[in-house]
Amino acid sequence: METINTSTTRAKKSELYTFIARFTRDPMGLCGLILVVLMVLSAVFATWIIPYDPIALDILHRLEPPSIEHIMGTDQLGRDVFSRVIMGGRIALKVALISISVALSCGLLLGLIAGYGSPWVDRLMITFFDTIRSFPTIIFALAIVTLVGPSLNTIILVVIITTIPVYGRIVRAQAQSMKNNEFILAERAMGAGVPRILLVHMLPNIIGPLLIIASMDIPAVVTIEAGLSFLGVGIRPPTPSWGSILNDGYSFIRNTPWLIIAGGIPLILTTLGFTFLGESLRDIFDPKLRKDI
Amino acid sequence: MWIYLAKRTSLAVVIVIIAISLLYSMILMVPGDPTAVILGPRSTPEMREALRADMGLDRPAIVQVGSFILRVFKGDMGTDVFTNRPVSQIVFEQLPYTMILIFAGISWAIVLGIPLGCYSALNRNSFIDKLTGVFSVGTIAIPAFVIALYGLLIFAVHLQWLPAIGAGEEGDLVDQIKHLILPAFAIGLGWVGYLSRLVRASMLEVLGENHIRTARAFGLPEKLIVFRYALKLAILPTVALMGVGVGYLLSSSVFAEIVFARPGIGKLIYESVLTRNYPIIMGSVLITTIIFVLCTMMADIINAILDPRMRENL
Amino acid sequence: MTNSSHTNVLDIRNLSIEFSTNRGRLKALRDVTLTVPKQKIVGLVGESGCGKSTVIFSILNLMAENASITNGEVVFEGQDILKMSAQQLQSLRGDRISMVFQDPMTSLNPVLAIETQMIDIQYRSSANKEEKRKRAADMLDHVGIPDAIHRLKSYPHQFSGGMRQRISIAMALLAKPALLLADEPTTALDATLEAQIVHRLRQLQKDLACSILFVSHHLGLIAELCDQVVVMYAGEVVEAGDVRDIFHRAAHPYTQALLLCDPARIEEATRNLPTIPGDIPDLVNLPRGCIFQNRCSKKIKTCTTSSPPGYRISPTHTANCFLLAKGGDI
Repeated sequence: METINTSTTRAKKSELYTFIARFTRDPMGLCGLILVVLMVLSAVFATWIIPYDPIALDILHRLEPPSIEHIMGTDQLGRDVFSRVIMGGRIALKVALISISVALSCGLLLGLIAGYGSPWVDRLMITFFDTIRSFPTIIFALAIVTLVGPSLNTIILVVIITTIPVYGRIVRAQAQSMKNNEFILAERAMGAGVPRILLVHMLPNIIGPLLIIASMDIPAVVTIEAGLSFLGVGIRPPTPSWGSILNDGYSFIRNTPWLIIAGGIPLILTTLGFTFLGESLRDIFDPKLRKDI
Repeated sequence: MWIYLAKRTSLAVVIVIIAISLLYSMILMVPGDPTAVILGPRSTPEMREALRADMGLDRPAIVQVGSFILRVFKGDMGTDVFTNRPVSQIVFEQLPYTMILIFAGISWAIVLGIPLGCYSALNRNSFIDKLTGVFSVGTIAIPAFVIALYGLLIFAVHLQWLPAIGAGEEGDLVDQIKHLILPAFAIGLGWVGYLSRLVRASMLEVLGENHIRTARAFGLPEKLIVFRYALKLAILPTVALMGVGVGYLLSSSVFAEIVFARPGIGKLIYESVLTRNYPIIMGSVLITTIIFVLCTMMADIINAILDPRMRENL
Repeated sequence: MTNSSHTNVLDIRNLSIEFSTNRGRLKALRDVTLTVPKQKIVGLVGESGCGKSTVIFSILNLMAENASITNGEVVFEGQDILKMSAQQLQSLRGDRISMVFQDPMTSLNPVLAIETQMIDIQYRSSANKEEKRKRAADMLDHVGIPDAIHRLKSYPHQFSGGMRQRISIAMALLAKPALLLADEPTTALDATLEAQIVHRLRQLQKDLACSILFVSHHLGLIAELCDQVVVMYAGEVVEAGDVRDIFHRAAHPYTQALLLCDPARIEEATRNLPTIPGDIPDLVNLPRGCIFQNRCSKKIKTCTTSSPPGYRISPTHTANCFLLAKGGDI
């Protein structure tokens, strides 16, 4: 009979191995991984990759189709579209990371309180969550923009406000089902305080699935940012964002198709990439997550 | 059953009330003078004073919120300062266009998505199933407005098969349908993907359950098993999803209306954002939210009608 | 037990079934041979995981997707079920062969009223809906559901587990099968109800002149109800015979141990209930030799190297144990 130690370390090693084996066998997941890595790297190393200054004007060469000097052509102010596209990736990534991490932390906290606390605190929070979820996202975003004024921070604020309830609900559901787990009851019997129970015992069990769900929200957040920038209420020009490139493309659609094509491609690749990757990861780690709210 | 209906309706009402309060309070929470927000940067102090008195902004916040809620339930959502018309009138004028678009979008998603999902579940790992699988994930991922833009570019501008602008001639049904095709396609495409995946997963799960095995053990014909025993159960999560879907479609329709220059709430909101016309925006958000709440409520109720187990819990 | 198709309604011969799992191929059934003679009640006994349910589902060819039949035949009324077309299978099920399921909580469709389900299974009958409804209500009454005609309109979740089990039995009885398969039909029921159901089943068997294959791990029930008994262990048939052979002259060490462990047999009050020490062997990596060797108190050397064949103890009684060959301790 093996001792307990060796069998768990053996289990850990083979777990990683099986994960890699399964992951590499999924073409969609691999594809997603490649796209995500591409996007992240190009965003991080943007300043080194871009051939031109994204906000440098060159009116003489406006609205040109793709050429050797300008791989994706130029926009209505003569700026190099490719450079703008690459820089736009930075904005997208920045918004996604900041808003999701803040929303995650707040949602985690609120969800734990709702799930573990007394029933009327729970009722209150749930009703509050549900109310925010009843606002159609973009329409609500536009309302906030009207009050607060358009800017990147507004978008981040909006995304945070609208995603906290989603995470909150998930965490709450998990916390509630775990509340009556035997090991939690045992801890309470031993006199453990509420914060300790929440942080030390419940948190590690909730965070895994939550992270996967959050990573699958990245495409949605990128979409919101692009959408609001497209409407002109997001990023302030001349900072490039994929949405604002699409906006330019829309205004000049009869002059050239290339702006729309160029603005759309990174969006499509990013959203596809993260979605494929997220799907693949979810299938490997916990297919039950397919039934999220 | 009636208890469930009552519970569900009262929940909806509570949410609407909280939504109204929130929207109104947001005006008060913004730093600075609310009347300046509403009237814009070019307003004079006299205009602002008049509005302040008119809106009763000197009263305590709770009273303001309360009286606003009451007014909304009476149908009064304030007056547009620029045109002096009631907000509710302005919003309701534009509403039908948006609703038609949403209806068209979700209809074609259902008509294509559900059968595709069923077929995929029954013919697992067939070519169509695999194709639908990749296609679904793809269309769910890509944002609706990008699809709209590309659609506009390819079919309207480049190929000129379909119109690019507007909702079509009044009274000319065919023309209006032609104008609906691209926008409805754009907002519905992602939902074809969602629905087919959900139906497929649902059906597969249900088909693996014990009671289906019982039905087979009694020799029931396969068609009966699929449609009455499996599909009825599998379709339940779809109903809930479509209730939520309306909310997303309301958002997507904003883009579709702007890209295709269609009249509707989306266009109304967009123009109001540019002029910082908060009363119109508030009215639009309220009405779209109420529609959303109604739709999710109806979805839950339909769910309860179809699933007798649901009626016991909220 | 003769193997003539004239006297047997069901003839399972050398059936072997494997399941493909993550860990490899699980050999769930190995060379299972079992017969159900006409108008007899045969009990199938064994602990959980021995393959009883797999046998039952193979008779209707309703196995899980990852199952593959590697050998054998299941002959029902002269025809091999495993070779039948989907059409033929469908006409058999619910008509010539009927089944009572083990798990009442999940065996009924949750979104259809009992009435719908009970009327649907009568689809082959030319009677009109009213008549079918009446038959359903009568049958529910028969199995002890109060106020049957009104309760027909209820949904499964509105019944308790025991009542759902009775509904399953009622559904199986609506058909007039030649063979009734009962997969632990009384496990969810209390003793008095169990006795009633057993009584009804016996009654039914006489009325319809059908055969019953009754799966259970409740030895007392088997002793009372069955004419013949088949004992299974870890996917193999280890002993088979008339009910008296098994209960009074058990030949296989497993059967003997099983009988000793039956709490109903204990005469003196005790704190320690007898058990069979050890665990079921790994069915993916089968050990060499007899399947029961690691838990057998009478193991001899041959047991570890080869699998025992069936030894005929009497015309009605066989067991798979090397001890029988030597004429040693039984």
